[in-house]
Amino acid sequence: MAVSVYIPSPFRRLTANREYVSVEGRNISEVLDAVNAQYPGFDMLVYDSDRRVPRHINIYVNNQEIHDLSGVDTQVEDGDQVAVIPALAGGSDGVASQALSADEVMRYSRHIIMGQVGPVGQRKLKAAKVLIIGAGGLGSPVAIYLALAGVGTVGIVEFDTVDLSNLQRQLLHQTADVGKRKALSAQETLNAYNPGVNVRLHEMPITSDNAMEIIRDYDIIVNGADNFATRYLVNDAAYLLGKTLVDGSILLFDGQATVYKPGQGCYRCLYPSPPPPGLVPSCAEAGVLGAITGIIGSIQATEVFKQVLEIGEPLVGRLLLVDALTMEFRTMRIRRDPACPLCGDNPTVNELIDYDQFCGTPPLMLEAVGD
Amino acid sequence: MPVTVKIPTPLRALTLNRDTVSTEAGTLQDLVANLESEFPGMRERLCDDTGELRRFVNIYVNGEDVRFLQGLSTDLKAGDEVSIVPAVAGGV
Repeated sequence: MAVSVYIPSPFRRLTANREYVSVEGRNISEVLDAVNAQYPGFDMLVYDSDRRVPRHINIYVNNQEIHDLSGVDTQVEDGDQVAVIPALAGGSDGVASQALSADEVMRYSRHIIMGQVGPVGQRKLKAAKVLIIGAGGLGSPVAIYLALAGVGTVGIVEFDTVDLSNLQRQLLHQTADVGKRKALSAQETLNAYNPGVNVRLHEMPITSDNAMEIIRDYDIIVNGADNFATRYLVNDAAYLLGKTLVDGSILLFDGQATVYKPGQGCYRCLYPSPPPPGLVPSCAEAGVLGAITGIIGSIQATEVFKQVLEIGEPLVGRLLLVDALTMEFRTMRIRRDPACPLCGDNPTVNELIDYDQFCGTPPLMLEAVGD
Repeated sequence: MPVTVKIPTPLRALTLNRDTVSTEAGTLQDLVANLESEFPGMRERLCDDTGELRRFVNIYVNGEDVRFLQGLSTDLKAGDEVSIVPAVAGGV
């Protein structure tokens, strides 16, 4: 009769920082006693002086609050997930404060039913704030899958308008959207899919002047930019702010994806400097298979979920190469370069620089960010 | 047994659309020379004017970046898989 008990972060000083505790018990009362037997003092946190669960503590069994069931007499079965969620005045524990409604439990049931997600994982998704650079080929599948999955806050950096040539691959936009602001079109699409998602729009080119301010509020950054200047800018800003960057790029029938965690290599470790302007063609010049954006974007979205849920082996230290023509998926090793000017042993890039100068591109290139 | 070279799509215009090329080479330097003689123009895509590998095109031997091995002097042996991976900026 083993059940898993989620311990909220304010209580983890009792459990040696363990997030989950596995105990035996036939009902909630026995489960709480069993946790207290392992970690004395726990009952002081979940019971008041009359040995009742106070109103500010919610206890969930597979995402149903026990007040709606039989209180501490609520029966539990082998494999059940119990979560102890205190109300927090400070709201500092974003996960604990994200209760799920009955509709949400139904909407996300195919995720919640998986042990790696569960009700606690779903609340982590709801508490997560993810920023996507660009609402185009890669940004579309990433944003849609994050919204469908109930990621609570999805930020979008985009200031372009929808062009007819975007519709061959950019799932966020439809024929009737041509000429519309892309950010608005993205917001409408995402909220049509899932009105519960807070879509925050940053309708401006991302530059050295605003990148830190925009990125600071988010937990994870997803790169769907279409030019080297923006890629180096986002890489540097994410590293300087200690954010995880989920990177992806596409051209023709090829795609690349990786995840940069600060201190474990960055885009500059992979490619120390950009090609001179004009040498590597853009998608606009050379073309891109629409469906490859879906492959790479879905991989990026998957890596975001793994980061938020803290499961699996992240695509860190590995560059995934996808060749749609041979349909080969290969991974190359990415190492942190001790000589990297950003994350190396003696960094010289300690703040954002002029990325147009670095890439030799005219400032107008930045206007293509959200193309 | 020769070395296998994986060619990315942007460079396949040079290799008559072949995605894989085989060549006999003892070092990466030899391999680049072989590619250049078979597919003229390839050296310029991989190396700069001083003959060094370009910093926006990575070459991997069995998944390891040669910048962390011995660069162009990296030894190759029969059966090695060499991958050419250029930086790509596209996202839209």
